[in-house]
This record gives sequence, C-alpha cells and structure tokens, in this order.
Amino acid sequence: MNGARTATLTAGWRLSAIRSIRSEGFPLIATSLLGLLLFVALFANVLAPHDPEVGSLGERFRPPVWQQGGSEKFLLGSDHLGRDVLSRLIFGARVSVVVGFTAVLVAGVVGTLLGILSGYMGGWVDQVIMRVTDTWLALPALTFAIFLAAVVGPSEMNIVIILGLVYWTRYARVIRGEVLSLKERDFVRLAIVAGCSKRTIMRRHILPNVLNSAIVLGTLMLGVVVVTEAALSFLGVGVPPPKPAWGLMLADGKKGLMAGYWWLTVLPGCCIMLMVLSANLLGDWLRVKFDPQLRQL
Amino acid sequence: MKRYIAQRLGYALISLALLSVTIFLFVRLTGDPAVLLVEPGASQADIDAIRHQFGLDRSLWVQYGLFVSSLVRGDLGNSFYYRTPVLELYLSRLPQSLLLAVAAMAFSLVIGIPTGIIAAVRVNRWWDSAGKVFALLGLSLPSFWVGLLLILFFSVYLGWLPSSGSGTAAHLLMPAFALGWYFAAAHMRLTRSSMLEVLGSEYVKLARLKGLPEALVISKHAFKNALIPVLTLAGINLVIMVNVAVVVETVFAWPGIGRLMYEGIAFRDFPVVQATVLLNGAMVVIVSLIVDVLYAVIDPRIRFAR
Repeated sequence: MNGARTATLTAGWRLSAIRSIRSEGFPLIATSLLGLLLFVALFANVLAPHDPEVGSLGERFRPPVWQQGGSEKFLLGSDHLGRDVLSRLIFGARVSVVVGFTAVLVAGVVGTLLGILSGYMGGWVDQVIMRVTDTWLALPALTFAIFLAAVVGPSEMNIVIILGLVYWTRYARVIRGEVLSLKERDFVRLAIVAGCSKRTIMRRHILPNVLNSAIVLGTLMLGVVVVTEAALSFLGVGVPPPKPAWGLMLADGKKGLMAGYWWLTVLPGCCIMLMVLSANLLGDWLRVKFDPQLRQL
Repeated sequence: MKRYIAQRLGYALISLALLSVTIFLFVRLTGDPAVLLVEPGASQADIDAIRHQFGLDRSLWVQYGLFVSSLVRGDLGNSFYYRTPVLELYLSRLPQSLLLAVAAMAFSLVIGIPTGIIAAVRVNRWWDSAGKVFALLGLSLPSFWVGLLLILFFSVYLGWLPSSGSGTAAHLLMPAFALGWYFAAAHMRLTRSSMLEVLGSEYVKLARLKGLPEALVISKHAFKNALIPVLTLAGINLVIMVNVAVVVETVFAWPGIGRLMYEGIAFRDFPVVQATVLLNGAMVVIVSLIVDVLYAVIDPRIRFAR
C-alpha cells in the first residue's frame, strides 16, 4: 500500500514536471548546462586527455592551443606544475558536482526534518531549534565554514559535512513557516481526529507537502554551496591539493596571474560561474513555478 | 517599547551564549583542542602542559566556565605567530576592514539603489530585464574571481591600478568593487521589490490623484519609504561585508580582519582563527540588535506589533 502511494506521488510529480517543461520560460540552456556538467563529472576519466594530478615540470605555464607557444598536447594550457588545465577542469567538475549535490542533500535533509519537527511539535522543541537556527543564521556562513574547516582539517568529506552544518538553517526557517500553516489545514486536523500518531502525520501528511519547497530551496542552495566550496578551497581549507577543485585551481592560478597567464584564472572561474548561474536560473524558475510563496525570498 | 527592547536584548544575549557554546563545543568534540592550541611541532610534554594550563583535563562544564570567564575579561589568548594578544591584533586590523566595507557599501548603494528604482518604475520593460540579468550575474560571480579578473585587466594588462596592498585610494578601488559587486545585486533586488510595494500603496495612489507630477511622486513619496528596508539591510550587510571580505582581502593582500583570519589558517595560528570568528559573530549579533532597536524607534508599527 505504501509502495503504491509513493508510486502515484512520484507519477504525479513526473507528470507536472513534464507539463512544466513544455510551458513557457523553461530555462533550457541552464538545465542543459547542468546536465552537461553532470555528464562530464560522471565520465571525467574517459573525457580527460591527461592525468589531472600529474604534470611534467618541463612543460609549465603552456598557453592554450590557439595562442602562440601553445601545443595540441595541452588544449587549454598547463599550470605551474605542468598539469593539463583541461583535464583538471573536467575532474574539477566531478569535485564540484559531488560536493555540491551531497552538501545540498545533507543540509536539505537535516534542515527539512528539523523544520518539520520545530513547526509541528511547537513548544520547547520549537524554541530550542529556532534559537539555534537564528544564531547560526546570524553567523556569517563563510566565516563559520572557515572556522569549522580550520578545526577539522581539509578533506572532501569534511567539506560536505561543514557545508551541511552551515546551510541547514536556511531550510529549517522556510520549512517551519510552511508547516505552521499546513498544521491548520483540514487534512491534518482530520488525521489528528482519525487518531494518527504525530510521527505518521509528520511523515505522511506534512513531509510530502513541503517537499516542493525543499527542492526549490535545494536548487537555489546549489549555487551558494558551490561558491562557498570554491572559496574554502581557494583559502586552502577546502578540498586538499593535488585534487583538482576549481577553487584550488584559482588559488594556484594566482601564482601566474602577474605574469599574465590568464587561462589559469579565467577558465576555472568561468566553470564556477556557469554552474552557479545555471543552478540559480533553474532555481528561480522552479521557485516561481512551484511555490509562489517563495517569490519574496 | 521597553518590553520590545528587553526582548531583543534577551534574544541577543541568547545568541551570544549559543555562539560561544557552538565554538566551544566544535573545538572540543572534533578532536583534541590541546593539539590546536599548542604550536606546530611541539612535544608531547608541551601538549600535556597546555592541556593542564587551559584546564582541558577537567570536565566540560568547568572548561566552559573558564572559556567564558576569559572571554568576558577580554582575554582571547595570544597569537603564536605575532606573539601578541589576539584582541590587540584584531582591533589594529579593524579600521582597515571597516574602510574597505564602507567603500564597498557606498559602491553597492550607488549602483544598487538607482538601478532598483528604474527597474521598479519601468517594471517588465527592458530596463527591468537588464536589471534582472545584472542581479543574477551579481549573485552568481564569486567575489574572489571578480577580484582576480580585475587584477588581470587593470593591473597586468593596463597597469593602471596596484594589484595588492593598501594606503591610497587607488589601492581601495578594486577590492571595494569586488566586494561590493554581490551586494549591489542584493540591494538592487530589494530596492526594486520595496519600490514596487510602495508604488502600489494607498498614499502613492492619493499623491497621483492629487495630480502631482510622476517624478515628484516617485522621488518624494515612494522613494523615501522604499528606502527604509534597503538601509536596514545595508546596516546589517556592512558587518556581513567585514566577514565575507576574507576572500577579497586574501586576493588583494588587504590588511584587514579577513586577511588576519587567512594568516591564522595559513600559519596554523588557532587562537587567531577562533578569536576572529567569535568577534565577527558577536559583531553581527550586536549590530542586528542595534538595527532592530533603531527600527522600532523610527517605525511605531514594529514597536506595537507584539
């Protein structure tokens, strides 16, 4: 019975999704870009022409192929250790996609659950969760993340946990607000009268109704999370070298900046920008589409 | 009014307490704080000495008491690298951070408010669309990348502006732009939505019915009211700027608090990192409190809402 219910739910979701794609204003370019990024991340080891972490010191700072001195060996040039920039960008997509999506998921799950608990239970549970949420929201996300990263040390796994810890509050706030109004709706009251336990009500009646908002928020958070990850890596507390993260590449690129080795600075930044821009465009569209209440966010 | 202020003050105190608890717990639960507090390369005997000196061998409650009492006394520990109290270091860097933040804020308001107004007045026309694109770009370009591109263009290619350091107005230009860019987009968005709200209000309708010229309606009736939320946000954003400046300050070697924090990370100077986070967080809490109270003083609707 439970399975059948989920099946109709997902079918409904899929149907509305297809209908929306046909409708006007769908950010086709942004979605294709995100899809391309996913593809590149998935098949990075097939697509990359070189090993992203090994270079030859004899071939440092080679410019891209179309500039004088460039060779076909390094289509987009090489960095200060003679590593192929194109390969590093391709594997960097994998880092950004993995860290970005998992961090959004971690933050989303924690924030949505706490938001539902806070909104539905009320009382001291609500008070405690909301005080913590407010304080953590007041803490500037980047400073907080840097502090956590400095305490636990850099690794991809730690970054995901840190970003989850820093950003769950955004979900908790919004979801709690939604739950507060859902709580007063007839179907929830009827469920209470029918004798459903609080757990069942939260899981079966509240959760499915806040999922739309959580997905919209998640898409919008993807851009924020990717930029924060890049900033952390840039500062040396994110993804540890020699892993090819875009933020790390920008930090390395600084070494060749004054000499005018533009490709080391421009290209990784373009990748970050395209990913964030696509996520924001898609998120904005989803927000208007599914949740008029979130438009003011 | 008194009740409102007391309530806000209470919230602020709870926030400060939670802030200290958060930082205290994270340092202790994620590993051995003695290893963080001791200088890199210290022997086991040194670590044990530090552990005893800071009371890290005692119960968490006692430790928290010690932690808070030293905070209240203004003792945030000594920097390993500079060999001076962290608080002194922080205060010596604060003016540079504020200078950068004020310049970035001025830039963001000069760009954000006029474009926001135009977008609202010409809603759904091409100006509005251009504004949306600008806002989207502002929110999507990482500030440190904007900074690096500026250096590449204006310092390396054109040679007009110094790429790093501080002291002259020329040094301030690029960091302020890189930092203010994101906030310009945020301020533009808020100005637009705030203007739209005010333009739909009864008193603007009345002003129009009176036959006032549209320019006067916008400049005198709508603009002034729409400005309140924007300035509130700007007040809080000024502190946020001091915080997020860490990446921009790193790019331009600007000697502010962000740079101090970055050095703290790079030199494994943990007391510096901990103190900057604590003080920055406290600054945000206190400024939000001030803004809330000022807002209530100005606007009676908020004062009597609760």
